[in-house]
Amino acid sequence: MQIAAAIKSLFLKEFFGAFFLTFRYLLKPKPTINYPHEKNPQSVRYRGEHALRRYPNGEERCIACKLCEAICPAQAITIEAEPRGNDGTRRTTRYDIDMTKCIYCGYCQEACPVDAIVEGPNAEFATETREELFYDKQRLLANGDTWEREIARNLAADAPYR
Amino acid sequence: METLLPLLLIIGKSLLLLILGLTAIAYYLLADRKIWAAVMLRKGPNVVGPWGIWQSFADMIKFMVKEPIIPDGANKGVFMMAPLVTAALALSAWAVIPVNDGWAIANLNVGVLYIFAISSLGVYGIIMGGWASNSKYPFLSALRSAAQMVSYEVSIGFVIITVLLCAGSLNLNDIVKAQDTQWGMLGWYWLPLFPMFVIFFISALAETNRPPFDLVEAESELVAGFMVEYSSSPYLLFMLGEYVAIITMCALLVILFCGGWLPPANIWPLTEVPGVIWFVLKLTWFFFLFAMVKAFVPRYRYDQLMRLGWKVFLPLSLAAVIVVAGVLQFAGFAAQ
Amino acid sequence: MSVATAFFYLFSFITIASAAMVILGRNPVHSVLFLILAFVSAAGLFVLAGAEFLAMLLVVVYVGAVMVLFLFVVMMLDVDFAELQKSMRRYLPVSGLIGLVVLVELVLVVGSWTVAPQAVLSTPTPDGMSNTAALGQVLYTQYAYLFQAAGLVLLTAMIGAIVLTLQHRPNVKRQNISAQNARTRAGAIENKQVPSRTGVPVP
Repeated sequence: MQIAAAIKSLFLKEFFGAFFLTFRYLLKPKPTINYPHEKNPQSVRYRGEHALRRYPNGEERCIACKLCEAICPAQAITIEAEPRGNDGTRRTTRYDIDMTKCIYCGYCQEACPVDAIVEGPNAEFATETREELFYDKQRLLANGDTWEREIARNLAADAPYR
Repeated sequence: METLLPLLLIIGKSLLLLILGLTAIAYYLLADRKIWAAVMLRKGPNVVGPWGIWQSFADMIKFMVKEPIIPDGANKGVFMMAPLVTAALALSAWAVIPVNDGWAIANLNVGVLYIFAISSLGVYGIIMGGWASNSKYPFLSALRSAAQMVSYEVSIGFVIITVLLCAGSLNLNDIVKAQDTQWGMLGWYWLPLFPMFVIFFISALAETNRPPFDLVEAESELVAGFMVEYSSSPYLLFMLGEYVAIITMCALLVILFCGGWLPPANIWPLTEVPGVIWFVLKLTWFFFLFAMVKAFVPRYRYDQLMRLGWKVFLPLSLAAVIVVAGVLQFAGFAAQ
Repeated sequence: MSVATAFFYLFSFITIASAAMVILGRNPVHSVLFLILAFVSAAGLFVLAGAEFLAMLLVVVYVGAVMVLFLFVVMMLDVDFAELQKSMRRYLPVSGLIGLVVLVELVLVVGSWTVAPQAVLSTPTPDGMSNTAALGQVLYTQYAYLFQAAGLVLLTAMIGAIVLTLQHRPNVKRQNISAQNARTRAGAIENKQVPSRTGVPVP
C-alpha cells in the first residue's frame, strides 16, 4: 500500500490527473457574455429604473393617491399634491424618488391603481455624483416618455398572470 | 576603436534582447492571465485590441502615468531600490542564456553558476521591499520569502549538479550540446534524470513564488505580500522582475533538461527548423505548465512548504547526486 | 588604460567604499546591504582575476544564502543606536588599543612576507583548462584531505547547532504526511444504514 502510494506520488499521478482535468476545462466554451455588446435576455417583470407614465393623449397617469409613498419600505418616495389650477384634478406638485435609498422591491408599481409609477427595464443609469440619483417628477416623466414602448410591451405581456 | 567596437556590439545585442524579451514578457503575462481565466471558464482580458492583445501595454501605460506613493514611514532609498534590484537582476540573467548555438550575449564558462547566483540574489528585492515598506504584511512576506527561497535554492543547486555531472561542463552552450545524441528527445536529460527534472520544476515554482508556493504574496493572508505598499512604476518593475524570473526558470528547464535549441528528433524536416523556434516553443510549453499549475493547485501551508524543501527534496537530490556520480563513474559514461 | 583596468579600479573603489559604509552606516540594515554590495564587487574582482568559479561561489554562498540570514536577523533586531554609541564611547580607549596592536601585528607580518622560493605559483586559469576544472584538480588531488577535513569541521558545526536548538516538546501535535497521503476513500468513509429513530452509536 505504502509502495503504491509512493510510486503514485513519484510519477505525479495526481499532477497529471489535475492537469488533464483542467485542460478539458481550458478548452470548454466559455459562458462569459461580452457585456456591453451582448446582453442576457431580460424578464418582462424586470425591476429597473423608475418611470412615471402618461396616457396616450399626453395626460399624466398619476393621481397623487400617495399609495406608493405609503408602501415604500425604504421611504424613498416623497409626494406633495394639490388640485391643479386649470381643471381642479388632484395632481402631484412634487414626486421625488431617492434612488440611493430605493431597494427595487417593486411595491410602488404593485400599489399604483393606475399603473403610473412603474419600474422599467433599464438598469444602466449609473451616475458620477449622488445628486444625479435624486430623481424628481420631471426626470421620472422623461424616463416614462423614453421607455414607454418597452414598458407598455412588458405590462401587456405580464397582464394575463396578474 | 578596437576596444570600442566589441563594446558597442554587446550593447547592441543587449538592447535587442531587452526589446524582444520585454515584448515577449508582455505576451507571456497576457497568456498567463488568459490561461488562468480559461481554466476558470472565463475569457480573460479581451477588450484592449482583438482578444486583448494590447492589454499588457495598456497596463504598462497605466502604471507609468499613475502617481507613485511612498509611505511616510518608509525607508525611501531602500524602498525605491527594491523594485530596481528585482527587475535588473532578473533581466541580467538573460545575458548568458543561449537561445541557439552560441546565441548568447556572454558565453560564460560558468553560465549555470551565474544564473544560479542571479536567481539566488532575487530574494533581495523582496526582502528590501518588505523591510523598507515599514508595514507589517510586507515584512512578514519578506521573512517568508527569505526562508522559502533559501530552502529551495539548496535542492535546485543539487539538481543542477546532477546535470553538470552528466554534461561535464558548466557552460550552458556545452550542456545543450552534450544532449545532442542520436536518440533525439529521448537523449535529453529529462528522461534519465526524470525525478530531478520534477524536483527542479517544483523548486522553480517555489523559487519564483508561483502557486502553490506563493506564500510570499498570498492574497488571502498578506493582501499582496511585499508589494502592498507599492504602486505605479515601482510595482510595474516588481511585476516585470517576477515574470522575467519565471521565464528565466523556464529557459533553464529547457536548457538543462530539454535540449535547448535541439529539435525533438534528428529527422529531416525537423532539423531544418531554426533552433530559436525550438527554444521558444519549449519555453512556451514550460510557461504553459507554470500557468496551468497556478490554475489547479491550492496553496501550501508554510510548514508543509518547509517540509517539502528540506525533508523531501534535499535528501532526494543529495542521494541523486551520489547515485548519478556513481553510475557515471562505474558505467564509464563519465565526462573526461 | 584598458577596459579591464578601468573595471578593476571601479570594482576596487566600490568594494572599499561600501566596506567603509558597513562600519560608518547608522542603520544596521543599511550596513548589511553595503556588505552585500562589497561582496558582489569582490566577486567582480575575482572575475577580473580569472577566478570565475570563486566569484560565482562567493555570490551564491555568501550573498545568496549567508547574507540573507544575516539580513533576516538584523531586520528582526530592534537595536537602540543612541544607547549603543554611548557604550562605544566608554570602551573606546580599550578597543582603540586592541585595534592598534592588531594593526602593528599586521604590518609586521605583511612587511616581512615573501613568496616561498620553492613554491609553484598557481594561476587561476592554467593552459588548456577552465578555471573550474583547474580548481577541482587542485582541490581533489593535492588538497583532498584538507578539503575533507574542512567538510568535517562544517559538519561538526552543523550538528552542534542542531543539538543546541533541537528540542522535543511533548504534547505537540505533528502531521504524519505519508499517513495522510496514504488515506483512501475506502479507509476514510463508511456508509451506514441508519434505522429510523434509533441512530448509530458513535465510537
